[in-house]
Amino acid sequence: MTGVLATARTVPDVLVFIASAAIILGGAVGVVASKNPVHSALNLIATLIGIALAFVEQQANFLAAVQIIVYAGAIVILFLFVIMFLGVDRNESIRLEPLSGQRPLAVGAVAVVTGGLIALMAAGGWYSGATSVIAPTDPSNDVGALGKVIFTSYLFAFEATALLLIIAVVGAVLLARRPPASLDAVPRADEHAVAAGEELT
Amino acid sequence: MTIPAAWYLIVSALLFGIGATGVLVRRNALVMFMCIELMLNAANLALVTFARVLHDVGGQATVFFVLVVAAAEVTVGLGIVVAIFRKRHSAIVDDLHELQG
Amino acid sequence: MVYAAPWMLACALGGFVVLVAFGRRLGEPVAGWVATAAIAAAFVVAVVTWIGLLGHHNREITETLFDWLPIGSYQVKVALLIDPLSVTMCLFVTGVSALIHLYSIAYMHKERDFTKFFVYLNLFVFSMLLLVLADNLLLTFVGWEGVGVCSYWLVAFYFDRDSAASAGKKAFLYNRIGDVGMLVAMFVLFTHLHTLTYLGIAAGASTLTGTQVTLVAIALLFAAAGKSAQIPLFNWLPDAMEGPTPVSALIHAATMVTAGVYLLCRMSHLLVLTSSGRATIAVVGAATAFVAATIATAQSDIKKVLAFSTVSQIGFMVLAVGSGAYAAAIFLMVAHAFFKGLLFLGAGSVIHGLDGEQELSRMGGLRTVMAWTFATFVIGWLAIAGVPPFSGFFAKGDVLKGAWAYSKPLWAIGLVAALLTAYYMTRLFVLAFTGDPRFLKAVGGRPALATPHESPWVMRLPLVVLAACAALAGILGPALDRFLSPVFASTHLAPLSSASSDSLIAIDGVVAVVGLAIAWWLWRGRVQRPALTPQFLARAWYWDDAYDAVLGRPAERVARASAEVVDPLVIDGAVLGVATLARRAARQLRGLQNGYVRSYALLFAIGTALLLAYLLARTF
Repeated sequence: MTGVLATARTVPDVLVFIASAAIILGGAVGVVASKNPVHSALNLIATLIGIALAFVEQQANFLAAVQIIVYAGAIVILFLFVIMFLGVDRNESIRLEPLSGQRPLAVGAVAVVTGGLIALMAAGGWYSGATSVIAPTDPSNDVGALGKVIFTSYLFAFEATALLLIIAVVGAVLLARRPPASLDAVPRADEHAVAAGEELT
Repeated sequence: MTIPAAWYLIVSALLFGIGATGVLVRRNALVMFMCIELMLNAANLALVTFARVLHDVGGQATVFFVLVVAAAEVTVGLGIVVAIFRKRHSAIVDDLHELQG
Repeated sequence: MVYAAPWMLACALGGFVVLVAFGRRLGEPVAGWVATAAIAAAFVVAVVTWIGLLGHHNREITETLFDWLPIGSYQVKVALLIDPLSVTMCLFVTGVSALIHLYSIAYMHKERDFTKFFVYLNLFVFSMLLLVLADNLLLTFVGWEGVGVCSYWLVAFYFDRDSAASAGKKAFLYNRIGDVGMLVAMFVLFTHLHTLTYLGIAAGASTLTGTQVTLVAIALLFAAAGKSAQIPLFNWLPDAMEGPTPVSALIHAATMVTAGVYLLCRMSHLLVLTSSGRATIAVVGAATAFVAATIATAQSDIKKVLAFSTVSQIGFMVLAVGSGAYAAAIFLMVAHAFFKGLLFLGAGSVIHGLDGEQELSRMGGLRTVMAWTFATFVIGWLAIAGVPPFSGFFAKGDVLKGAWAYSKPLWAIGLVAALLTAYYMTRLFVLAFTGDPRFLKAVGGRPALATPHESPWVMRLPLVVLAACAALAGILGPALDRFLSPVFASTHLAPLSSASSDSLIAIDGVVAVVGLAIAWWLWRGRVQRPALTPQFLARAWYWDDAYDAVLGRPAERVARASAEVVDPLVIDGAVLGVATLARRAARQLRGLQNGYVRSYALLFAIGTALLLAYLLARTF
């Protein structure tokens, strides 16, 4: 460990870090604060690119590439598809908050969580030495190292995720298909009665 | 490479916090979902940081799997949002509150 | 032979068990004969034991049957103490009981619960024998409670009559109140002496402090007051006359009510150590004798006169115990068993012959109609009045001699009570047996009784036997005194000179005759004399009413408050309140489930924040 960190910090590294941090956090704030869902999606892309930048900085080149391809290239596109398809790109009114006390409590709780995390990490020395290491990183061949680990130590998890993807595809197809008219689920009358606020006890 | 792990971990924590705030404060289902993605990314960043300083490629492998699961999750989640939107014509989660005591 | 004593218990218990199992099938009158045979067998065993004891060199024999209760390092055994006192008690208890069992076969003829009566009677005799034969206080207490519960069952025998059921309850409750005294005494004795056997207590009594001994003495007096109907717990005995007359004769004249006096006599070695205790006992005895005698003069029910008479006579016995004349107390107990048993059985014969009439004002002139009852009743009357040469004269004389030696004022009270005894018994005799046959007239809803009948031989035989005993028992005095004296602690009272002894005897005789004469002159030919039977006396000095006002009504108010206020509001309120609390809390908690996903997510966040706060607190 000392070998890697013994070299001094270089200015380009610091600059890259600052840039990636700025993009990440700026994009995140943008996701949360944008009125328009499409704007949120674009801000999300920014955050993802920032994360990819951080990955590259930390010698995880393969992951950076996968991040951009899968996250920014597939997942966010999927989001955008659904937003456009459903037509929910209208502006949501940010100001309105029907649940009383939600915002202050949310901010408070999250502040405690985040602050607590940082404080605890600081108190714990930010990271401990691992007692066992799966396999050493190889900055010159991170794809190879990653591949070796996935297909040996984590083979079961790999197969499981493959199965998960199949399930996800099947689920998505089922959820998205239009049901035949005779299989309509909840009749409208119940919804009206319940929406009127009757107690169901 | 020479950036201390602490800096990245702080960024990760802040990203996680922002994502959590977004989930709690926004009412549009899709935006909430995106904020969840933010939280997942915060975790990924932390994992890669640990992989670097601990010289353990297990961290990177975990990120790989998180990515796969996130993709599957988004697929199914958006499918559910679409199915609900068909009935309710609204993606605001506050309109779905019938399961109450 | 002396070790045959447990067979007495076995006979009585055996009779009880056989009747419980087969009584219904045996039916009337076989069940009655079985019960009588069991007790007669017990009497035979008692005689055998007595003869054995006479021939034995040691007059204090402990026969252990089995180990019973281990208390720490002390082992309570079921053991019998066979000494002159217990053997004397067994003799007259089994003897009189056997006669009364025989009498009951005819008296309870055609009663609905004939067999049940004998079941209870046998169990009673078993309990009484256990009480008398036990060698330790705890076993005595078992017998004590046994006779108490049998008394309850038998007094409330006609349980569908409200007054009888209440009387049974009253008897049991008063007994139970007295039992507190017995328990306190046992606790104190066990704590300091670590033994409950009579011999052990007698040996160790001198190691107790004065206050402890006095406390035990007063506690035992309280217990005896409950069981033997003394002041302040005598009110149950007149009410207990609701039971069938054989019950009154056996339990409330001859046996159970003497248990208290027996207990005090057993504790003589303790009593000699406390002069204040003995003084209290003597005063209570004298006071009870006097008060009960005055009440008896104003009663109009034949059984009530005899009941108060019993209270008064036992008062004499307690006076004797307090004076230190223990043997005299036992002598009077034996004589009283004979003549009071006789009087009660005679009264029962009268009641039986008059088809249930118990009011003195509606009797009269029975001399010609029930000759046997009349003749035996005369003997009983003269005996209790203290007319020489019958047993009562000698027995009461011994008691009064002991009182004279102890305290002149108490002797004077005793003498007045003896005078009153002669007076009210003569009044009873005159009203019931002499004069016009008032029963021939129809009075107050009851039709005229044309033919009162004499009782069958089964009832007459016990009367005759008891009359013979009552007449002749006076001879036993000196022999009984010699036989019993070694059991009791000596009281260091100066013996009376023969001159004072003779003059006391003469005074007793004169007093008896004077009382008899006064009553004869006042009541011959008269039925009512309101001036001589004031309400104050007829209502027993308003004792019952006083208890009712001081204890009964407040207790009822407390009970009512508990039932109407505490139970529904406090207790039910607490229980229902818990339910209401749960309901309200649940309603509040339900608010958490408002259906909004975001508030559920907020709860996640708050939970996580709390967890991290806890971890932070632990780290810093």
